[in-house]
Amino acid sequence: MKLTLALAQINTKLGDVDANLEKHLALARDARQGGAGLILFPELSLTGYVLQDLAPAVASLSEADNPVFRRLLEASRDLDMVIGFVDEDPRRRFYIASAYLSRGEIVHVHHKVYLPTYGLFDEGRFFAPGDSVRAFDTRFGRAGMLICEDFWHASLPYLLWQDGAELLLFASASPGRGLNADPKLASSAWVEHINRAYASLFTIFAAHANRVGFEDGLNFWGGSTVFDPDGNLLAQAPYFEETLTLRELDLNQLHRTRARLPLLRDERPDLLQRELERILQRQKVNAARYNSEKDKE
Amino acid sequence: MIEIDLTLDPNFVRQILTKFIRSEITRAGFSRAVVNLSGGLDSAVSCFLAAEALGPQNVLALRLPYKTSSFDSLEHAQMVIDQTGVQARTISITDMADPLIDLEPAMSAVRKGNIMARLRMIVAYDQSEAFKGLVVGTGNKTEILLGYTTLYGDSACALNPIGDLYKTQVRQLAREIGVPEAIITKPPSADLWTGQTDEGELGFTYDEVDKLLYLLVDQRYRPEECVEAGFEEKFVRAVLERVRRNQFKRVLPPIAKLSNRTVGYDFLYLRDWGT
Repeated sequence: MKLTLALAQINTKLGDVDANLEKHLALARDARQGGAGLILFPELSLTGYVLQDLAPAVASLSEADNPVFRRLLEASRDLDMVIGFVDEDPRRRFYIASAYLSRGEIVHVHHKVYLPTYGLFDEGRFFAPGDSVRAFDTRFGRAGMLICEDFWHASLPYLLWQDGAELLLFASASPGRGLNADPKLASSAWVEHINRAYASLFTIFAAHANRVGFEDGLNFWGGSTVFDPDGNLLAQAPYFEETLTLRELDLNQLHRTRARLPLLRDERPDLLQRELERILQRQKVNAARYNSEKDKE
Repeated sequence: MIEIDLTLDPNFVRQILTKFIRSEITRAGFSRAVVNLSGGLDSAVSCFLAAEALGPQNVLALRLPYKTSSFDSLEHAQMVIDQTGVQARTISITDMADPLIDLEPAMSAVRKGNIMARLRMIVAYDQSEAFKGLVVGTGNKTEILLGYTTLYGDSACALNPIGDLYKTQVRQLAREIGVPEAIITKPPSADLWTGQTDEGELGFTYDEVDKLLYLLVDQRYRPEECVEAGFEEKFVRAVLERVRRNQFKRVLPPIAKLSNRTVGYDFLYLRDWGT
């Protein structure tokens, strides 16, 4: 089976959902005309990234009768879409979220699990962390979504792989940083490196849509990529430019690569589970011992 | 001394900075910029970048000499104007500064220097209103960290493209974007009095201090690790103290918190809010 993937490397208007929605719909039209089956937008593509106190103001309930979702779902009738937004749950917690839309339905919503709250990042101050990661079925096979810092932790892509994902859909609003002698920021090099690593280690398609543009002094570097299950770079969007990059994926490559390299077949998640339980148990014992010694002091 | 490499890819940096200038000026509803040209390296680089980002006709370069300013400074600023093709005006600040300076015959050179820097800020902001442009800053990372700047004077701007580049990195960028060699190679100076040089006044060279700051700030070295890396302890302590003492120049003045929601503490929006 073939899938033409569209990487929507966009700039956004900070806090202006209407303007960003129009851009989504326009790019979805272009992608559809180019024969795309799936369009992948970056993190917080409907809202902009450094939201701070804007977060509650731009939150959408991920429900089909929400006016923003209604129009996106309409657009998803003949083009699957991954969009980034602020999700508000019934208990009024706010999440950085990605939604997979297909044939007018919300197929899956992922809440960002790892909220970077260090260095230039302050997400944990404004958002609640997600607490699950699940792969889900799409008309192109089983997929999994992660958002930026989520895939800086190896555990989440691993879980998606074990949950049957064949297509990793990563969304970022990654601020460029780390100047050196190369025509590439250290942060870009790192992200490209690990995307290639996931594709190779998990014999999987790994697609990454990153933002461009500026928010105050932060530059978002773009350079969206898709790697095949052999770890080959199939397409990369330019750095810093708004672009729609279309690339046909031959999904049968999964069959060929996994026949050659049965890493998934040979993986031992039961062993992983046993050893993790042992490690967690030891940590619990150590913590209890430490606390009882503290009590004696 | 361990090897510390501050080499950058100047063409790559130039791309980011010109996009930054264009983005931050246009989203604020403007298309033009004003740059105070001192004749030195930093303002030359900011002017070249602004001209490339916005088109030279959309940049107003100001030469604002005082009677003691060196003739070279004026000449070098003119070279930048000629080479970039930006619009330009020359306005002497002598008649603005002297009535204030003359009030106190024993006024120190530092006070006079601060008056000149702040008058240049007044002229730049006034011209920016007439020109309908934003003031583009010219402070580099070295001087921001050392606090080698006049608060509300040369540090005042609407946006600063070069504030995350050390002086020695600004020099690398300057070569790429075509800043005249005479400006790149002359000793950096605030030109507030005759014979003043940055390195003479600071007591160390940019080459040395940039490397030390890179370890302390960018690489998060502890002071004792900098000494192990080959820097003199006295130098490390003096630079750290300068950085600490000048923190006030890098933040907005603290507001005494009283209410539930206070600007700066829990009223948090980027400047690019809504754009």
